Amino acid sequence: MTATLVAPPSQAAGRRVRVRRGRGRKVLYWIATHATAVALGIAFIGPLVFVLLTAVMSDTQTLTDELWPHTWNWGNFGEVFAKSPILLWLRNTMIYAGLGTLFTLVSSIPVAYALARFRFRGRRLAFLLVITMMMLPPQVVAVPIYLIWARLNLTGTLLPLILPMLLGDAFSIFLLRQFLLSIPRDYTDAARVDGCTDFRTLIRVVLPMAKPGIAAVALFQFFYCWNDYYGPLLYAATNVDSWTLSVGLASFKALHSVQWNLTMAATLLVMAPVIIVFFFAQKVFIEGVTLTGVKG
Amino acid sequence: MASVPLRRREGFRALLWLSPWLVGFGVFFAYPLLATVYFSFFNYDLFSLKFNGLANYRYFLQDERAWLSIRNTAWLVAVMVPAQVLFALGVAQLITKLKSGVGFFRTLFYLPSLVPVTAGTVAFVFLLNPATGPFNRILALVGISGPDWFGDKDWSKPGLTLLAMWGVGNIMVIFLAALLDVPRHLYEAAAIDGAGAWRQFRSITLPTIRPVLMFSAVTGVIYTLQYFTQAMIASRVAAGVTDAPGTSFVPGYPEMSTLTLPQWLFQTGFRDYTMGYACVLALVLFGASMVFTLILLRQFRGFEEVAS
Repeated sequence: MTATLVAPPSQAAGRRVRVRRGRGRKVLYWIATHATAVALGIAFIGPLVFVLLTAVMSDTQTLTDELWPHTWNWGNFGEVFAKSPILLWLRNTMIYAGLGTLFTLVSSIPVAYALARFRFRGRRLAFLLVITMMMLPPQVVAVPIYLIWARLNLTGTLLPLILPMLLGDAFSIFLLRQFLLSIPRDYTDAARVDGCTDFRTLIRVVLPMAKPGIAAVALFQFFYCWNDYYGPLLYAATNVDSWTLSVGLASFKALHSVQWNLTMAATLLVMAPVIIVFFFAQKVFIEGVTLTGVKG
Repeated sequence: MASVPLRRREGFRALLWLSPWLVGFGVFFAYPLLATVYFSFFNYDLFSLKFNGLANYRYFLQDERAWLSIRNTAWLVAVMVPAQVLFALGVAQLITKLKSGVGFFRTLFYLPSLVPVTAGTVAFVFLLNPATGPFNRILALVGISGPDWFGDKDWSKPGLTLLAMWGVGNIMVIFLAALLDVPRHLYEAAAIDGAGAWRQFRSITLPTIRPVLMFSAVTGVIYTLQYFTQAMIASRVAAGVTDAPGTSFVPGYPEMSTLTLPQWLFQTGFRDYTMGYACVLALVLFGASMVFTLILLRQFRGFEEVAS
């Protein structure tokens, strides 16, 4: 406001009003933005609150449209364990997610390292193929892959989902490569000069520096498996002993002919581990997500 | 040039390091893709393979449910993706304007996107159910009589869109990072030149974050072409059907309104065991997602050139 600087004294009063109005606008602006944020926050968290409120309702109240539980039936959570094989589903899910994550890391880190560090012909092509694989809908190649596993007699188990992760996972390779690119070349060059082999360089120099990236990839892969419904539905739905939490939960209400209260209790049990891990590893998640959005 | 043999040696080492993935690429990408084309000319039910020429393709042209599933998928691409991108951008922009509680709100808005898809979908079928669900109850408080959501063919896809907007946290976090990267001095310069908030957003924010927006929109389209889990679960839970062996259930409840192309592929291939025909649908899905993948790859090539 250069004009006000040279304004004659007679306009001083007007200037004070303008300043005050400016501050008033600022306060209003503060209130407006924060009120919107709070309203949105309620909209985002509301569904989870209603899930919890319904999970502890009595059977009779579940049939009404009242929203606040008259009695808090925490026993509903125990009921879920008694009525459904949720522990079996949990075990299967843990096996799938645990082994899947381990295999993915072991197989994807070397590939990502080679894509990020080595200079070779076809490097860009290899990277573009990784992206193409990452973007390919899993349903496109489902029929021939299903036939492979059917011939090996492994349908009805979760192995068709776990074993391929030994051969690298495109999304993890992509994310790890993005992360490894951010490690200055000087470190690996120095290790090379000191006579380190590629393998030693990776283990001793790169991995310790890439810990946050690896943690993000591990968490993403773990939750990808934890949440996966399509894979277990395709390979394991025909065998109830191989059901995972996601397949079990999708059928929970109809299968155990229960009401919404127990269904919501089961839903909450499936959500809980993810939410708990998130609160401990929030930073890893948000940094990892940010990484997926950045350019090549 | 001394670097040539060095490069060649690096090439050999790279091949060694990439070998597990190259095997994976062959077994789980290249082979199945070719096999899908091959099987599409056959009548295949898992046991007998009979050549039938273009019969599967001819059947596709008159398969009403296939076209319905394509229309539903197109609806989701046209409505759900823009809704997610715009909403995520709005929320991210709001967070940048906050003076306090930034971390708190970011966590709050991000959290639902982590909720397992199955759990989130089952929860939304409950929340939106007209008899006992709280959503319509709350709408009634402000005088709106809510629809039957997952029980009404006109409202099931909007219901899924609400679910998608609830889980928009991933994109929101990406946008937020991009918005915070916009150099501050650009805004200050614009403010001195007298640009208002909208003008600043249009002339500075949008052009700067355009690559990130494009990236999210294109990947959003590709993921929506694969849209399966939420629609499958919502229709199953709303219809009261299970995944137990022996139950037969054609997805899409109510009235095929939630039937997406991947679901119809799943149904024809792995429930009706008309696998040759499923391969035709797979190729349609492949074609559609390849178009958008190529757009994405072009973007990446642009970035790579800038980077190197």
